[in-house]
Amino acid sequence: MVTAPLEPSDGLDRRVVVSSLLADRGDTLVVTGLGSSTYDVHAAGDDDANYYLWGAMGAAALVGFGLAIGQPGRRVLVITGDGEQLMALGSLATIAVAAPSNLDIVVLDNERYGETGMQTSHTGHGLDLASVAAACGFPSTGVVRRLDELERLDVEIRSANSGPSLHVVKILPVDHPRSMPSRDAVFVKNRFRAQLGLAPN
Amino acid sequence: MRTDRHDATDPDDADRQTSPHARSWSHDLFDALRAADVRHVSYVPDAGHADLIARCLDDHDVVATVLTTEEEGIAISAGAWLGGMRSAVLMQSSGVGNCINMLSLPVQTRSPLLMIVTMRGEWGEFNPWQVPMGRATEATLTAIGVRVLRVDDESGVVPAVTQAATMAYEADQQVAILLGQRLLGAKTW
Repeated sequence: MVTAPLEPSDGLDRRVVVSSLLADRGDTLVVTGLGSSTYDVHAAGDDDANYYLWGAMGAAALVGFGLAIGQPGRRVLVITGDGEQLMALGSLATIAVAAPSNLDIVVLDNERYGETGMQTSHTGHGLDLASVAAACGFPSTGVVRRLDELERLDVEIRSANSGPSLHVVKILPVDHPRSMPSRDAVFVKNRFRAQLGLAPN
Repeated sequence: MRTDRHDATDPDDADRQTSPHARSWSHDLFDALRAADVRHVSYVPDAGHADLIARCLDDHDVVATVLTTEEEGIAISAGAWLGGMRSAVLMQSSGVGNCINMLSLPVQTRSPLLMIVTMRGEWGEFNPWQVPMGRATEATLTAIGVRVLRVDDESGVVPAVTQAATMAYEADQQVAILLGQRLLGAKTW
């Protein structure tokens, strides 16, 4: 399916989207993809239950998947970008086959590589990640372009486990000031594990 | 299962044939993983690991995840550890090359990683396409900081897995066990 290129006026503000997704998050565990998604989640409020990636592009959905296996009683929300998810297109096949019901993936899609100079990504050329996920076998997928659709997504990711889900949220290709969490990978890991009651070695 | 070259009309298919015999070392390897409380494995199907994969799939206490490419397993393992679960990744030497950038995740986060790698391209290898990555496997792993242990005889499998599991899950190390092609036996065509 080919969609029209995103117009500058067409899409939601990424910080508004992430704040909405994380409002009243309860005990949801959050994994972020490197770059702007990490900054957005940090800007919405640092939390010990946030796991921020600063590298390993393509890892976000898979780290969230592993976490969902390790914590089957908790909801896991992955927030990442279109370029980051495109690097691990095969991960959608792996996750769909495994079908973890407690995993939700939200792709903030500005159709560009924001971190490197706003070069057009594959989604800017018409690739629809929600359709890819659906074709892989995700039971719940969709594309969000408006605030009322975002509100419905907020409800879905708080409802009973029906995942895995993947939703694309079309966002404006606008840079925000960086809101940077710690880059100390061991600290962030141990802080995250500690809030689950897991001691560092 | 294909053991006759004339039957191997599809080279890719033949390359992933089921191993001809259930080997005791692979059962011992599975038991060693379970003794180390490994409760998740991810894998790309591989003949050398076929028996181990079958054991994992048959055990209801083990979650087994089939991958499209090996680096997925590196990220899944790091995520499982975040959630308190011990995960191991099974692959063939050709898959090690796929993992290199993703290995920065367990290395930089100092997360446990246990990779069990079946070697190709080094002992009685019929297929020259397996040779370059087989030659580069150990160098690739050590270049990014993964500790490498080779096992070439059956008696070495369980001790290697047991101590590697301790170093990975107790000492936060990233460890790869290379099961030599001499142990596995050259592939039968």
